[in-house]
Amino acid sequence: MTASTGNDLPEPAAAAADGEVLDEAAGTTAADSDARDTGGAGTAPAVATGRRLLTGRRVGRRGARSASARRRRRSSTLVLSLALMATGVLWTVLAPSGSATDAASDNEAVRQGRALYLQGCSSCHGVDAAGTVTAPSLIGVGAAAVDFQMSTGRMPLAAPAAQADRKEPLYNQTEIDQIAAYIQSLGGGLEKPEVTEEELSNADLTHGGELYRSNCAQCHQAAGQGAPLTYGKYAPALTEATPTQIIEAMRTGPESMPVFGEGQISDEEATAVAAYILEMRDEPSLGGNKVGGYGPVPEGLVAWLIGIGGLLGVCLWIGARQKV
Amino acid sequence: MTTAASNSPAPKLVKRPGPLRTLNRAVDERFHTQRALRENLNKVFPDHWSFMIGEIALYSFIVLLLTGVYLTLFFDPSNVEIVYDGSYVPLKGVEMSRAYASTLDISFDTRAGLVFRQIHHWAALLFVAAIVVHLFRVFFTGAYRKPREINWVIGVGLLVLAMLEGFAGYSLPDDLLSGTGLRIASSIAQSIPVIGTWASFLVFNGEWPGENFLPRLYVVHILLVPGILLALIGAHLGILWHQKHTDFPGPGKTEDNVVGHRVFPVFAVKSGGFFMMVFAMLALLGGLAQINPIWAFGPYDPSKVSSASQPDWYIGFLDGSTRLMPPWEFRGLGHTVAAVFWPTVILPGILFTLLALWPWLEAKFTGDRDSHNLLQRPREAPTRTAIGAMAISFYLVLLISGGNDVIAKTFSISLNAMTWAGRIGLIIVPPIAYKVTKEICIALNKRDEEREHHGIETGIIRQLPTGEFVEDHRPKPEPVPDHPLVPTHRFELSPVGAAHGDGAGGRGGLATRARKAVTGFFVEEKGKGEH
Repeated sequence: MTASTGNDLPEPAAAAADGEVLDEAAGTTAADSDARDTGGAGTAPAVATGRRLLTGRRVGRRGARSASARRRRRSSTLVLSLALMATGVLWTVLAPSGSATDAASDNEAVRQGRALYLQGCSSCHGVDAAGTVTAPSLIGVGAAAVDFQMSTGRMPLAAPAAQADRKEPLYNQTEIDQIAAYIQSLGGGLEKPEVTEEELSNADLTHGGELYRSNCAQCHQAAGQGAPLTYGKYAPALTEATPTQIIEAMRTGPESMPVFGEGQISDEEATAVAAYILEMRDEPSLGGNKVGGYGPVPEGLVAWLIGIGGLLGVCLWIGARQKV
Repeated sequence: MTTAASNSPAPKLVKRPGPLRTLNRAVDERFHTQRALRENLNKVFPDHWSFMIGEIALYSFIVLLLTGVYLTLFFDPSNVEIVYDGSYVPLKGVEMSRAYASTLDISFDTRAGLVFRQIHHWAALLFVAAIVVHLFRVFFTGAYRKPREINWVIGVGLLVLAMLEGFAGYSLPDDLLSGTGLRIASSIAQSIPVIGTWASFLVFNGEWPGENFLPRLYVVHILLVPGILLALIGAHLGILWHQKHTDFPGPGKTEDNVVGHRVFPVFAVKSGGFFMMVFAMLALLGGLAQINPIWAFGPYDPSKVSSASQPDWYIGFLDGSTRLMPPWEFRGLGHTVAAVFWPTVILPGILFTLLALWPWLEAKFTGDRDSHNLLQRPREAPTRTAIGAMAISFYLVLLISGGNDVIAKTFSISLNAMTWAGRIGLIIVPPIAYKVTKEICIALNKRDEEREHHGIETGIIRQLPTGEFVEDHRPKPEPVPDHPLVPTHRFELSPVGAAHGDGAGGRGGLATRARKAVTGFFVEEKGKGEH
């Protein structure tokens, strides 16, 4: 993020943050003073906590001692408000700000994305996206990770489990892009990769295949059918992944997958791997039905159930005796 | 035909013999084959559907020979590295052995190559599977008992050789899967204490992956093992022919006769038809179901491995035992015994030794040393049947564990849970299978006995004048003979094990007494009634 013209990007975020923090501060101070107040009045703590919201009336009845408390509270609220406002102003001026080519629309996307985020993601990842005990921080994960997780339907999570399953995405691509833009605005990270049809068709299939066999096949299986990992985790089948999702997964390393960075696999190579996976998947099934694509295990099952099972049926048929 | 009045001109009514008859006569005049031919074509084979299971294996083997010969015309068993330039685009320009390249060429650039390869592979899977089912039939009916123990041992030898032959074929194309399999085979060889390294060097011609290993394997696969298989199958069938086939007891069937159809025409036609059916099944599988898509696995490279790398099903139980085995390694006297040694060398060694010795073990424990030509129904020997069920369940746990990753992925089960289920199951499932099977056999015997004595329940309830309700029973119908002609004396049960067994012999040594103690375990059903 570099400095931009004026306060384009930070302004709404800062304003929102300001308001929020102010509210919160006010709430805290009120509760604070109230607690002191009731403590001074000698009311039983149970009652005090139970009737916190009725402080106004009760304080009024209590007379001179509470008047000074009220003054104290007012002044402290004022000081805190001023301090926070100053912080907000300082933040606006000093905070690093991002830039984008089309700043206005980007800004809009971030605003929308934040709204969507607060609605759909914040309950686990926290309102500030800094993570909670149940979910990791999203600051710095980048748009690529958001796009991968949400476009494959893994996020929002259906239920806590060993691993998120692929399912129908809950959000459309526009919404996913908006949330991605918001997360990108928080701490940067990897942008969503772009891969064109032309790049895919020009990719070096042979090299992609070799990279696939040396880097991917040990988990995703030679024919891309996937395989289990430990304790319910698994390397998913690559039967539905789009080229973009494949590259995003390589770059961001979701779940148990290692990150394959640009130092390891260049952009062209990543595209080649994606092209190889697509080729493997889309080529006609040579030699008949793929029988699961796992090789010997389903083949053995077919040999027993259909082969031996069928021939035993023939045995019974031929061996059926005519009773005389 | 040629009878005619002595004085009238003799009309030429002699039927001119057909070409087949002429040929037969010509051969007979020179080699005196007529008598043997007549004898053998008139040989009688009993009829039962379960007697045809072995034929599936035989016909699969014939199909294997036919398709295998075709494949040898195009396969090049060479380790020499070349750059692929065939018609499968995703592998163009990849460095690979000539063995792998020629397998790709068979699949994509040879007329009918892929379908022949696939039929060959399916036939291999069915060959071993049919041997196993045939073994079950022979075991559960007691067909291996004296005088057929040698044929049982030959059969066990055929099973082991068929597995070896299959594994050699699986390893030949030099794709990623077969190379991974060979790597494991070499590790297993290396795990044998003391001689392991030398054994591996001997087999692979040096340090893995060896030098010119594929030509060696090729000779084993297309000459050595098939030759032995062919010879053993000949011996197996020759002994069967000589000793005659067993049959289930029934009306008109005794220990010294065979009731059924002659080889010609009925048995020959049935068997010929069954061969066609087996061939058709293999052709259907080969044409419709993809098997071993080596192009998807890629060429073998020791640095690469695919997940879910499995052997073909008949080696799967060894893969399973390896997966279940805890990583226990023993060191001593300057040697290491690797964990893989126990599940892949010791376990199959014990299993196949027990299997081969079973006829003698059973004879020893039951004391039954008589010759038997009549089979038993599985329920008639509850202990044997229960032991068989126990062995099968043990084998099945191993086999399922061999594919536990694919099962875990397919059914979304934790792989660790699968492994532990296999470990625990291997210990607790076989005894349960034993107990349950034995109880079922005994209950079935009881029901048979009740039917014999009281007849079959009719479901008609009558009230007696005394007010008592009774159910009517109708007598069990006499068994219907399979054939109209019953030429020999009526079927009668021969007293089994009366002359031998636990009653015979004096005190004897420790071994004899131990045997006697175990004998009770095997013959308790008969023993309880008699003593």
